[in-house]
Amino acid sequence: MAQVLPAEHDVRRIIGDGEEVADGEVDGLGDAALLDLYRGMVLLRTYDERSLVYHRQGRIGTYAIFWGHEAIQVGSALALADEDWIFPSYRESAIGLLRGMPPETVLSWWRGHPAGWWDPREYRVASIAVPIATHVPHAVGYAWGAKLKGELACAIAYFGDGATSEGAFHEGANFAAVMRAPAVLLCNNNQWAISTPLSAQTRAESLADKAAGYGMPGVRVDGGDVLAVYQATTEALARARAGEGPTFIEALTYRCAPHATADDPSVYWDAERVDEERRNECLGRYEGYLRRLGVLTDELAEEARADALARMKEGIAAAEALPPPDPDVVFAHAYVDPPPGLRDG
Amino acid sequence: MAEKTLVEAVNDALHVEMEREDAIMVLGEDVGRAGGVFRATAGLRDRFGVDRCVDTPLAEAGILGTAIGLAMAGWRPVCEMQYESFSYPCLDQLITHVGRYRWRTGGAMEFPLTIRMPTGGGVRAPELHEDSPEAYYVHTPGVKVAIPSTPADAKGLLAAAIRDPDPVVVMEPKVLYRSPRGEVPEGEHVVPLGRARIAREGADVTLVAYGAMVHVCLEAAKQLEAEAEVVDVRSLKPLDEETILASVGKTGRVVVVQEAPRVAGFGAEIAAVIAEKAILDLQGPILRVTGYDVPFPYWSIEHAYLPTPERVAEAARQVLAY
Repeated sequence: MAQVLPAEHDVRRIIGDGEEVADGEVDGLGDAALLDLYRGMVLLRTYDERSLVYHRQGRIGTYAIFWGHEAIQVGSALALADEDWIFPSYRESAIGLLRGMPPETVLSWWRGHPAGWWDPREYRVASIAVPIATHVPHAVGYAWGAKLKGELACAIAYFGDGATSEGAFHEGANFAAVMRAPAVLLCNNNQWAISTPLSAQTRAESLADKAAGYGMPGVRVDGGDVLAVYQATTEALARARAGEGPTFIEALTYRCAPHATADDPSVYWDAERVDEERRNECLGRYEGYLRRLGVLTDELAEEARADALARMKEGIAAAEALPPPDPDVVFAHAYVDPPPGLRDG
Repeated sequence: MAEKTLVEAVNDALHVEMEREDAIMVLGEDVGRAGGVFRATAGLRDRFGVDRCVDTPLAEAGILGTAIGLAMAGWRPVCEMQYESFSYPCLDQLITHVGRYRWRTGGAMEFPLTIRMPTGGGVRAPELHEDSPEAYYVHTPGVKVAIPSTPADAKGLLAAAIRDPDPVVVMEPKVLYRSPRGEVPEGEHVVPLGRARIAREGADVTLVAYGAMVHVCLEAAKQLEAEAEVVDVRSLKPLDEETILASVGKTGRVVVVQEAPRVAGFGAEIAAVIAEKAILDLQGPILRVTGYDVPFPYWSIEHAYLPTPERVAEAARQVLAY
């Protein structure tokens, strides 16, 4: 087995600051692909901001905000091949939009309507995992199973920093390495598990260090840098497809929004730090990069925003136009072949 | 027909089913090189290869968690939990995902996975090798449960579980693994889920049980002056209420027997079904003979915990007195 090096401690970064830190570039990423990343981020940002409004208007239920996490989600998801599977946590609830899932599906999920159920095979996006870390072994099993069938598909699992404390993360990561599963374990380290800061979650110097214990590479990227995430994921997928097994990616960011609509972070977070992080949010950073590169014009930016907003308006209208679910759906789908007495209650 | 032990019948079922269907994969701790600690999976690795009989890391939640992903990738995983008590870590995956995933996809995907495990006491083993946790599994929506009491049923119910489109847990009474032997049909043999078996006919009192307790009831029946009918439930979910109710309708008297601790055990479910649907057939109370609400004891005194033919016969006499 190849020697596993200690995890990278330097945080990979490609997007500069327009002043002292120079912009880098990702090999092979042309203007069209750069703009695809941009449109994806605008779409998810718009999804998230509109969802918060819809929640306040009582049009969707409790909602897990992902404002500021768009670079992690888009940078990684767009690095995937079409046949690769995505295993999202609730923080990536709308990641299917990047695979063509209509917004009304995800909005319906947050509306508690069965129209929010989807066939994972249609988008190669597994169901939203509500429990923490328990979907990591699913991604690993999928990747391992596809490999055994001689397919090229990889799988990516998304989870947060808190999830690394769960046993399911450990078991999934260990299985991935032992089975050399073509999987990417992407940790969205936003440094908070609801109110618990990372310092109370682990004594590890970096979460990426955990990778060495499993015998897999650990990589740290700036989670606010969509290009760094894209590059790290691309490299991890290349390793996976070459039969070299899984990679752990720690994408560092900072949660500068509540955990979910039901959360009041003012009692535990540092408002100054949040303001600073908000000013440095990922979409703005990428916009600056693209403008310095001369790829993004005001017109293109406006077009992306208008398109995303139109999709959200159509999405919420479509979701609200659905008839209320038939109560009989309660009895549907739990079994292919239900036991008698299912309706006895 | 060949005479086989129950564990040989399990092994036979796995060979026959894996031969029939290439998508079946066995995974678990020590199932490959060792052929399982009870030899239930012996020979599978040689016959079907290391990709279809996989020695996994020692992690039950990992086994069941990856099995969900394997099923999504088109496999039909058959997971072995080495002992029933070692299965407790996998309850997280079972409850949060196995029983819910098909529902969560709006019925789009199937999760045809099987979980096998030895169960029950009476084998003089250390702590946490002799529990009877079937109620945890039966109580989980989306999951079916079968418990055989004979070698033929062990083969047939496992084959049915493997072929079933839903997740099925098959619990194999380990005290019966090596004896008694029984006739087992050769080749493909399927015992459909949801059908109880009359293990002994009788007109005076019904003894309802599953797994190892069926044999305890058969022994109890021999001790009784009256004619006891023994119903072997076989499939806890789906439950064959019809067979149980028909027997109770005939005898008017019933004792429900389970090895598991009494409180909220599956015997209570059976008793409730009888109370709801056959109260007017009954001549006396529904009695239960069960384990106690204590951890399964040190094995030197396990006889003080396990339901015995004497306890079952005594309960039967009580209900016969009405």
